[in-house]
Amino acid sequence: MPAAILARSILLEARRGGLPWLAAASLVLGLGLAAFLSQVALTESLALQAALVAAVLRACAVFLVAAQVTSSTLREIDDKGLELMLSLPVPRATHYLGRLAGFVVCGAALAAAFALPLLLWAPPAQVALWGLSLACETALVAAAALFFAMTLAQFVPAIAATAGLYLLARSIGAIQAIATGPLAEATVAGRLAQHAVDAVALLLPRLDGATRTAWLLYEAPSALAYGWALGGMLLYALLLAAAGLFDFHRRSV
Amino acid sequence: MPRWVLGLLALSLGAQLSWQATSSSRATDAADVPHPPPPQALRLASFGEHEAAARLAMVYIQSFRSPELPPLLGWLRAALETDPRSHYPLFLAARVYAENTDAERTRGVLEFVHQEFRRDPDRRWPWLAHAALLAKHRLKDLPLARRYAQAIERSATGPGVPLWAGQMEIFILEDMNELEAARIMIASLLESGVVHDPAELRFLKERLETLEGKIGR
Repeated sequence: MPAAILARSILLEARRGGLPWLAAASLVLGLGLAAFLSQVALTESLALQAALVAAVLRACAVFLVAAQVTSSTLREIDDKGLELMLSLPVPRATHYLGRLAGFVVCGAALAAAFALPLLLWAPPAQVALWGLSLACETALVAAAALFFAMTLAQFVPAIAATAGLYLLARSIGAIQAIATGPLAEATVAGRLAQHAVDAVALLLPRLDGATRTAWLLYEAPSALAYGWALGGMLLYALLLAAAGLFDFHRRSV
Repeated sequence: MPRWVLGLLALSLGAQLSWQATSSSRATDAADVPHPPPPQALRLASFGEHEAAARLAMVYIQSFRSPELPPLLGWLRAALETDPRSHYPLFLAARVYAENTDAERTRGVLEFVHQEFRRDPDRRWPWLAHAALLAKHRLKDLPLARRYAQAIERSATGPGVPLWAGQMEIFILEDMNELEAARIMIASLLESGVVHDPAELRFLKERLETLEGKIGR
C-alpha cells in the first residue's frame, strides 16, 4: 500500500534525522529543570516537579513535531522529490494522507515516550489519559505544520504560522475571559472587541482544555470533558487535513 | 585558518568569562520586587499551564529577601487565582512571611490568610490554624486567635477535614507554649495525611528545631 510505504519512509527519516536524540535531550531538560527547581521549593516539591516536567515535555513534543514536519516537507519540495512522487500513478490524497499518517505516528511515539516519566508522580490511568491527549495534540500540530509547509513553502513562515496557531489556540480561553471579564468596557468598541475575540475562537481548537496538568496533580477529568477535548482536537486535525488536501489538489506541480 | 580568527575567538571567549565572573549575583532586595501581574495576565502568560505557572511564581517570589507587603500579597493572590488548589501561596504566607518580628506586617499577612481561607475553607483550614497559633503566641492576641479558630470550626466542615480541626478553639485556649502547640499541630497534620510533601516535612522539621533553640529546650 503506497500510503503505508510513505508513512514508513517518514518514520525512517525521523529516526535517521536524530529525532530520538532530540526527544532524549527534551527528557533530560525537563527532568533536570524539575529536579533543580524542586530543591528550592519549600512545599509541593513533587507537584512542582510533575507540573514542570509535564509543561516542558508538552512544549517539546509540539515543537519537535512541528519542526520535523516542516523541515521534512520543505526538504522534499526543495529536492524536487515531491514532483517525482507526484509523477507516479498514486492519487494525491494517498500521497498527502500517507505523509500525514507518518507524522501522526511520530507524534504518538513522542507522546508515549514523554508520558512515561510522569508515572513517577501520577497514577498510570491519569498518565495514560494525559499521554493520549498529547498524542491527539501532536496529531493536530502535525496536520497544521503539513498544511502550512505545503501552502507557504518556506521554513520560517510555516513554523511561525504553526506556532501562532498553536499558541493562540492555547490562550484563546484566557483571552475570551479577559474580554468578557467584569472590568471589560461596556462600550461599543468593547463589545466589538468581545465579538471579534468570540469569532476568532470559533475558528480555533480549544487546547486549554486538553493535555491538562491538573489531570496529573489532582483528579482525572470527567468522561464528558475528556471526550470533548479529544473530539475537538481530532475534528480540527480533520479540518486541517481537508484544507491541506484541497490546497494540494489545486497545486500545478 | 587565519590566525586572527583564532585569536579573536580566544579573546572574545576570555572576555565573556571574565565579564560574567566579575559581575556578582546579588541577593534581590525588597525594592526589586516587581509589581504583581493581574491574575488574568498570569493565566494568559502560562498558555494553559496554570499549575506550573502558579508554583513557579512562588519559587520566584521567595527569592526576594523581605519583600514589601502590598506587592507580596498581590503575587500570592495572583498565584491563588491561577491555581486555586495549590497550597504554596498560603504556605508561604502562613509559615514564612507571617513569622515576622514586625507585628503590623504579621497581622497583614494573617488577615490575608483569613480572607483566602473563606474562599475554600475545607482545603485551606491548615493555614488558618497556623495563623491562629501565631496570633496567640507571637502577637499575644488571644481574641484574634479565637476569631480564626472559630472561623475554622464554623466553615471547615467538609468530609476531608479531621475532627480535631472542629475543636480548634479548645486547642488555642489550652495552656501550652508555642513549641508544644506547634508539635501537636504538626503531628496531627501528619496523622491526618494533610502534610506529606518531602520538602514541606523538611521545612517543618527545621522550624521545630529553630523553635526549640529559641525556647532553650
